[in-house]
Amino acid sequence: MGLKDKLHKLKLKYKDKKMAPAFNAIHTFLYLPNEITHSGAHVRAADDLKRTMNTVIMALIPCLVFGMFNAGYQHHLAAGEIEAVTSGFFSGEFWTWNNFTVGLWKVLPLVVISYGVGLAVEVLFAVIKKHEVEEGYLVTGMLVPLIVPIDTPLWMLAVAVIFGVVIGKEVFGGTGMNILNPALTIRAFLFFAYPTWMSGDKVWVHGAVERANEIAGGAKLDAISGETVLGSLAQGKELSYSASDMFLGFIPGSVGETSAVLILLAGLFLIFTKIGSWRIMLSGVLGALAMGLIFNGIVSADWISESSKFYSLMSTEFWHHLIIGGFAFGIVFMATDPVTASQTNKGKWIYGFLIGFISILIRVFNPAYPEGVMLAILLMNVFAPTIDHYVVQGNIKKRMKRLKLKTA
Amino acid sequence: MSKDIRIRKGLDIKLVGEAEKITADATRSNVYAIKPEDFHGIVPKVIAKQGTEVKAGDPLFHSKSNENMLFPSPVSGEIIEIVRGAKRKILAFKILGDKEQKYTEFGVKDVNSMSGDDVKTHLLASGCWPFIKQRPYDIIANPDKAPKAIFISGYTTAPLAADSDYILQGKEKELQTAVTALSKLTEGEVHISVGKKGSSPLKGLNNVTTHTISGPHPAGNVSVQIAKVDPINKGEVVWTVHPQDLVIIGELLLTGRFNAERVIALAGSSVKTPKYYKTIIGTEVSSVIYNSGVHDEGNIRVISGDVLTGENVKPDGYLGYYHNSITVIPEGEDYEFFGWNKPVFNKISPSRALTFSWLFPNKKYDLNTNTNGEHRAFVVTGSYENVFPFDIYPLQLLKACVVNDLDAMEQLGMYEVAPEDFALTEFICVSKQPHQNIIREGLDLMLKEIG
Repeated sequence: MGLKDKLHKLKLKYKDKKMAPAFNAIHTFLYLPNEITHSGAHVRAADDLKRTMNTVIMALIPCLVFGMFNAGYQHHLAAGEIEAVTSGFFSGEFWTWNNFTVGLWKVLPLVVISYGVGLAVEVLFAVIKKHEVEEGYLVTGMLVPLIVPIDTPLWMLAVAVIFGVVIGKEVFGGTGMNILNPALTIRAFLFFAYPTWMSGDKVWVHGAVERANEIAGGAKLDAISGETVLGSLAQGKELSYSASDMFLGFIPGSVGETSAVLILLAGLFLIFTKIGSWRIMLSGVLGALAMGLIFNGIVSADWISESSKFYSLMSTEFWHHLIIGGFAFGIVFMATDPVTASQTNKGKWIYGFLIGFISILIRVFNPAYPEGVMLAILLMNVFAPTIDHYVVQGNIKKRMKRLKLKTA
Repeated sequence: MSKDIRIRKGLDIKLVGEAEKITADATRSNVYAIKPEDFHGIVPKVIAKQGTEVKAGDPLFHSKSNENMLFPSPVSGEIIEIVRGAKRKILAFKILGDKEQKYTEFGVKDVNSMSGDDVKTHLLASGCWPFIKQRPYDIIANPDKAPKAIFISGYTTAPLAADSDYILQGKEKELQTAVTALSKLTEGEVHISVGKKGSSPLKGLNNVTTHTISGPHPAGNVSVQIAKVDPINKGEVVWTVHPQDLVIIGELLLTGRFNAERVIALAGSSVKTPKYYKTIIGTEVSSVIYNSGVHDEGNIRVISGDVLTGENVKPDGYLGYYHNSITVIPEGEDYEFFGWNKPVFNKISPSRALTFSWLFPNKKYDLNTNTNGEHRAFVVTGSYENVFPFDIYPLQLLKACVVNDLDAMEQLGMYEVAPEDFALTEFICVSKQPHQNIIREGLDLMLKEIG
């Protein structure tokens, strides 16, 4: 008797029992279920929610692997143990085993905690509310480790994940019903609850905080600092990274957000597979460029003096905004979440454009935390139903007008 | 005014087992069944009790709400059983067919000299009225409410469905008589849509407006054509008739007899030699299927109708009243190892998420009845719109139906759709939601609350 039959027997045994959702969640991972059509169309297309989610995860894997190498690279670079990259994306200084192992041991626990805690909460709710475990968390669980600083303490992450899944999703009724993007809810929770771990110049490079504590304790060591590009710009410091570094991703930042080139490829992959909305991605980029151009225009019209604290961010070339910070990652992976985005095609254009526009606005004017994409997406998540409402009203009005013409 | 309608949004589901264009005579069925459930929303009141002898065209029952609306026996013979289910609901009238058919004579009519009321009375009395359906609500037309137009779709796009061009061949005279009669029932026009290519016998009929249409499924759905030609507003009624039923109406007027004969397609990947059969409404499906033979008999689904909108009738079931095809496909009650993430070559997919049907646009697929996933909440957005050629927001309308929001349903265009229009969105739905059921229940609720 094969595994298939054994699992089938177990499924029948667990049917209508409390643990059925938990068992079925595991079972459907191994086998596409034996469910057949009962009403309506007798045949169905190949795609299900798992396949959809899995496609997004596949797009995230390169970012994850790059993030592991980059974590090690930034650590070793800041400690002065290796030289900076010299020869493009495939530089030998970057793709070393040494870099990878450091990153692996820092990033893997984040992934494990994110999935372990998140799925546990999901299963718990499925068992209590007697519904199947839905796949929403598959993507969220992968996004979370990629959008936090590398040294985030694991207990903090666990607390944030519980908060995000329960308050961000389950209280609204679970997958498909939530208003805010769960991954960003988790990050926002971390950001407001533990701000010292989410911003500043110490958290972006592995070992920096530890070293700072040692120095404070009297040890005679060189401080490790690793500031993000945005952090430097916000303080008007000289930038030590070239545009190509920023595009390829050899810069400090949250684990998976740094490599714009990989995110670009992932975005194209999602558009090609028809899983991600090209409308949101394109309009998001257009929105960011528009805001960037406005700021560049303000600078070139001399409406702002060089002494202003906003000057260096405003004068950043408009297209650089696309490749620094978490903007690219947010637009490709977070803004396109179908549940929290606008649901109408017209609405998606407006929604995406405003995310891009507001991201850069917040980025430039927020003195405490020089990144805007998280807050911009959360803000637009809240407004997405309103955008949809007006788009749908347009359709309703058209129908009413047709009726009036008829009866007039 | 004649129109050339081009539909871009949609999806042609290409399946193995298309019926070959040869017509054979089906074996005569012993027993025929008329199932009141085929007439949605009709509560039957028995006229022909068990044991009565009926002729073809004699009424079996009438509608509880309108006793003039008669439902006829397709054959002559003896009522051997009235099958009842829970709460004594009538499930089927079973008629043991005579060897020699006897017909009730309704009298030969000259349509040109008939008035609208004459036509109406005649169709009601002869049992042909149920062939006329109405939008909104996709139910049998209410004879007391005048339609603004009558629509007939002569274009076939549903997967493996009987090709209207083929089954109507040589029936020009009946078709002309029937549409002339129908044209007296409306102040407006009778609209017929025919495929742009192809040679439909519906093409040069008089007393009608003919439109040409092209594009993928659901272009053949009559609601799509109504939406493009003369969309339904609140308070308006449109009638629709399937062209195969025009033949029966035409024959009634020309010969005075209700002849329920019909050419149907037997199709599907489980059928050994798929082809067309001449048979009678209500026949045992086995009388058709086993002429052609099936593969893997223990593992088949027999569908009266097409794979998107038909009814699961089991091998001992009967051909539905409105259906003109029988489709037999394999059941899919099996597990597939890592079926959710491995590359898929043998199934149709609207995406490219490791599914490769986009590489082979002309490949024919052998699909079974597996859902390829479990029921989930609505998550993905924007995909239904690609196969839904209406100026309607499908996801929003479905959600309005789920929460029984009558105002929203009305505003979002519920009057313009039938469940069959949501067959494709249901087919591609990632969350495997039962769209057609949702729409049917929504329409029923509206009918009950608004009327």
